[in-house]
Amino acid sequence: MLASIIAAGLAVGAVYALIGVTYNVMFATSRVMSFTAGQLGMLGGVFGSLFALRLGVPLLPAFVLSLAACAIVGIVTEFVAVRPVLKSLEQHLYVLSTLALALMIQQVTAIEWSTEPQPFPRVFGIGSGVFDEKFWLPVAACAAAIVALELLYRRTLVGRAFLAIAEDNFAARALGLPERNLRVASYALAGAIGGLAGFAGGELLLAFVANGALLNFYGFVPVALGGLGNNRGAVVGGFALGLFQQAANFLVGGIFSSVAVFVLFIVVLLAAPQGLFGAPATRRV
Amino acid sequence: MEAASGLAETAAPERPAPRADVWGQLAPLLLVFAAAALVPFVGNDYWVLIATRAAIYWLLVAALNLMVGFAGQLAIGYVALLALGAYTTSILAAGNVLPPVPALVALIAAGVVGAAFGVVVGLPALRLRTFYFAISTLGFATIVTQIALAWQSVTGGGIGLPGPELPAPFDTAAGFFWFCLGASALCTWMTFNLAHSRFGRALIAIRDADVAAEATGISKPRLLVTVFLFCGAAAAIAGGLFATLQTYITPDAFSFDLSVLFFIAILIGGRGSILGPMLGTIILTLLPEFAAPLAAWSTFLYAGLLLAIVLGMPGGIAAALDFKNRRPLESNRAIVPRPALLAGILPEASAPRPIRAEGVVLAFGGVRALDGVTLEVRPGQVHGLIGPNGSGKTTLLNVVSGYYRPQEGRVRLGDGELEPGDPRTRASRGIARTFQMPRIVGEASVIENVMIGGTVQGRASFPEAMLSLPRQRREEQDFRTAASRALQAVGLEALANVRADRLQHSELRFIEIARALMLRPAFLLLDEPAAGLSTEEIKRLSELIRQVSRRGAGVLLVEHHADLIFDVCDHVTVLNLGRVLAEGTPAEIRVHKEVVSAYLGG
Repeated sequence: MLASIIAAGLAVGAVYALIGVTYNVMFATSRVMSFTAGQLGMLGGVFGSLFALRLGVPLLPAFVLSLAACAIVGIVTEFVAVRPVLKSLEQHLYVLSTLALALMIQQVTAIEWSTEPQPFPRVFGIGSGVFDEKFWLPVAACAAAIVALELLYRRTLVGRAFLAIAEDNFAARALGLPERNLRVASYALAGAIGGLAGFAGGELLLAFVANGALLNFYGFVPVALGGLGNNRGAVVGGFALGLFQQAANFLVGGIFSSVAVFVLFIVVLLAAPQGLFGAPATRRV
Repeated sequence: MEAASGLAETAAPERPAPRADVWGQLAPLLLVFAAAALVPFVGNDYWVLIATRAAIYWLLVAALNLMVGFAGQLAIGYVALLALGAYTTSILAAGNVLPPVPALVALIAAGVVGAAFGVVVGLPALRLRTFYFAISTLGFATIVTQIALAWQSVTGGGIGLPGPELPAPFDTAAGFFWFCLGASALCTWMTFNLAHSRFGRALIAIRDADVAAEATGISKPRLLVTVFLFCGAAAAIAGGLFATLQTYITPDAFSFDLSVLFFIAILIGGRGSILGPMLGTIILTLLPEFAAPLAAWSTFLYAGLLLAIVLGMPGGIAAALDFKNRRPLESNRAIVPRPALLAGILPEASAPRPIRAEGVVLAFGGVRALDGVTLEVRPGQVHGLIGPNGSGKTTLLNVVSGYYRPQEGRVRLGDGELEPGDPRTRASRGIARTFQMPRIVGEASVIENVMIGGTVQGRASFPEAMLSLPRQRREEQDFRTAASRALQAVGLEALANVRADRLQHSELRFIEIARALMLRPAFLLLDEPAAGLSTEEIKRLSELIRQVSRRGAGVLLVEHHADLIFDVCDHVTVLNLGRVLAEGTPAEIRVHKEVVSAYLGG
């Protein structure tokens, strides 16, 4: 039993962590928390199932197509819901614009795809029991994504440019960095990461439209706990959340486990509004 | 110039304070309610059903409007409270847990439970930033339906339970409709009263100028908790009526789509308006009925509308209907303060207690922004604070007004110590301030902005304001009179009813001074009031400042304009690198060697 709690906990934790990273990657270049992050995770599963099962595309191209489709959704987010409201960041209009876009994505999926969970294909067909691929695949995807992101940020010029913009937008623009293009690129990247989360977690969460709202919340919890923009915090928070949730699931039952997660979220945030690893608030006056 | 100053000298005859145009704003609301009341006579049962639904939704939205539209708290999961109210009423009326009670009693009990949970749902807003709060209300909405699903013995789980039946004469379709309409009309009236009270203005101040709100003594936690109680109660009662309308409730009835409807109705309507969200609620309720094939797409439509509103028309319906503020303003207008009118505003003699900052030390990281500064501001004097950029002038002002807590040293008022790090306590001690960047509520009118300054002097309680009792009405008129006097004194009375965001920068500075004057301050702290003003305006400002001090108030003036400082100050302190470089009369400072080399130049 313990083994299955850990396996399932790490698996969903990895998905939550990846959605948390999706939030962070979008936030880094735009200072915007987007409600589309969870929807991207949902879309990763739906596109995977759509390409591989409904359209019969072989798995590898289906995977690439899913990620590309999610990246496009990410770019659309930037153009439709982020760019127009960036000027009035202070008024928090982005909360409304990204919420509106997320609802539209969700409604289109519900009508054009299905409101019921749809099957997701076996990817490799390796492993069984607690070592089934549906448990280790998300963890592997999460690890791969984190390593790739670190390499991108530390080793490549584009990655450093991302960091520069995240650190100080004005200074980066003064240095002549193409801030807009980099922002679009980061939204595409975030889209792909969200899609990866959904695809890798597809066998576990299925291609289900309700995952969007669910991942919006559960993906945000690690970000809130780990501190905005802190990817390591998000990964640690994601796994911790996954394990906590699965343990609560086993101990007190499915529905009250979400109550437990919610209570934990609120209590931790009220105690440490900046998250456990976050930076203190900036000056107001 | 001559003419202008001549005008300033004559004490212009005081105009009577303009009355608030209450009926003008109430009329459209009454019209909508009157038209709605006729629905049972002209429509069939189906239309009565739709109208009942709209009335119930509006009962909830009218209250939620205070939280979302006025206070700007993005509570997107408010369906949770609708569900809570529906279940509480149904369970109490059916007697699942306790002996059954009459439906109307159950409804009132639901209101009480809803008020309590309204606070629980809202509480995170006191600590968390917008997106965090939005997500937490979202989480709450999911959890309530999950609990309703799981707690089968009480809620009936997925099978649900019957809603309460109201007694005669409310048991017919038309009777029930009029009952709901009456309830929502009552709720509208209450929110209307609140919106036009110091509480409504304080909510808007929290939304758009929270820093300035603190300086005027508005306590965000207290105010918001009161509003949460009100919203929770209204939403839960709406839930009880919703259960009656549905006749049978299951968790499915409380989908997130409903939350979206409530939330979006307010934003489409426009923040800080009542008519707008009301029309928004009606439109969103009717929209799927007019276009049956679109019913499945209703959420998509709502979301699309929201996106269109956010991107294209952030003011919503209310802004589209705001014809008054389309009229162009006079382009060539001058601010002509009438300092003589200050006599009617400032108390003749204030208590002769100075503000003393003693040995104040404040470091940001390794930078000692203030390094042991001592300074005294005496009543009746203008105290100038000058120094190069980064010398700690504004930081000191922020310590005095409570925004920063000094690491060492203290600030005293007379013999008592001012609470360090608590800006909300300053207003009630008669200490008012302005800001380097004017912090104004752009969407409120100029006079409302000024009235915000008097918030702490209000005595009428929240319930009194809600019911518009005599003391509240008297007080409101007093606020308006005082604000209009303050506006005349700074020379902006002609713009009293204009939206503040249409004004020029220099005018905003004078609004801030008028807002500060509302406190009848014993001390006025001005942070670079002359920045961005023309030479002419600076002259008038300096006369205004001088007259404020002659009325007995102490003024602390942070400024870069040496002319203004030497013209108006009785005493000057020069800061450099967080320390006092020199102090004395303007004449002494002007020739002080180090000051000249460090700052003044020459």
